[in-house]
Amino acid sequence: MKRWLPHPILSLVLALVWLLLVNELSIGQLVLGALLGLLLPLFTRRFWPDPLCIRRPATLARFVGLVLHDIIVANFQVARLILGRPEALQPAFIVVPLALKTDIAISLLANTICLTPGTLTAELAADRSHLLIHALNAPDPASVVDEIKTRYEAPLKEIFESC
Amino acid sequence: MNPATELLLSALILLGAVFTLIGSIGLARLRDFYTRLHGPTKASTLGVGSLLIASALYFSLTEPGISLHEVLVTLFLFITAPVSAHLLAKAALHLKLHSLARRPEQNNED
Amino acid sequence: MLNTVLVIAVALVSLALLLTLWRLFRGPSLPDRILALDTLYVNAIALLVLFGLLQKQSVYFEAALLIAMLGFVGTVALAKYLTRGDIIE
Repeated sequence: MKRWLPHPILSLVLALVWLLLVNELSIGQLVLGALLGLLLPLFTRRFWPDPLCIRRPATLARFVGLVLHDIIVANFQVARLILGRPEALQPAFIVVPLALKTDIAISLLANTICLTPGTLTAELAADRSHLLIHALNAPDPASVVDEIKTRYEAPLKEIFESC
Repeated sequence: MNPATELLLSALILLGAVFTLIGSIGLARLRDFYTRLHGPTKASTLGVGSLLIASALYFSLTEPGISLHEVLVTLFLFITAPVSAHLLAKAALHLKLHSLARRPEQNNED
Repeated sequence: MLNTVLVIAVALVSLALLLTLWRLFRGPSLPDRILALDTLYVNAIALLVLFGLLQKQSVYFEAALLIAMLGFVGTVALAKYLTRGDIIE
């Protein structure tokens, strides 16, 4: 099992992407998708050294919902900022200390920060102790750090780093 | 197609187009590179996202079977937009571009 | 109604393309131009999707997907070139 199916989640995603690409659901395409999902992880095994660990699907689902909600709400805020007076903006570079350790969790956090409008990940410190982010309008940098830590980092830590 | 779905589709398309435009306005209007980076990476992503969802809905309703492959482009954009934004921000920091915000001390140059 | 809305949307996205083009020509720095190129890709995808809706054909989807992929790879390669002075290390 471990030998022939090293990354079950990746296999599932690959099969699903194939079905979406051909845009039809038939037995033949299902078999082809399953075959791709089986073979591609085997051929690219050395590219994925660590198996993915995901706990608490309920938290994961809630996190995805939260991020989608934040993307939509915050987009309206950024739209207002862009159409407003550019001179009134208070952009700032902010350092966010990191509690996450694994690659996947850090990159997901960085992507989430980039997707939720108003903030942007600029750099990850070489020793992974903090992220440097740029905020479009941050009169109060401390509250931005606080929001990122409680809203996004805590659930990510729970999902990816509890095993 | 009944009027309610037509209204929904029109709303989605207009929202998408307006957000795409706002993203580009941000790109043209804001005053330093780092703030300009915000407009296109987000507003455009959401704008194109809702256009693609409208397209998926339209083709699912008018043609036999459901059409979900637009979702793939949306997903791809949502995954790649942050990555390219991050890389561009990194490049700008490296080149020490002019910034309105106070620049951080560069203590961890690679 | 849908057709009117589609024409308006095409006009809005074209305006967005023009603004991006202006930033592409104006610069002033290299990252600005790369960002403008990246936005150009995204706006082109929007225009293609709208065109597909206007023509009532879903064949434009493949073109949109290709533009999305090549645009991403292009942006990454250019940004990497700016940071490292090299694309393949």
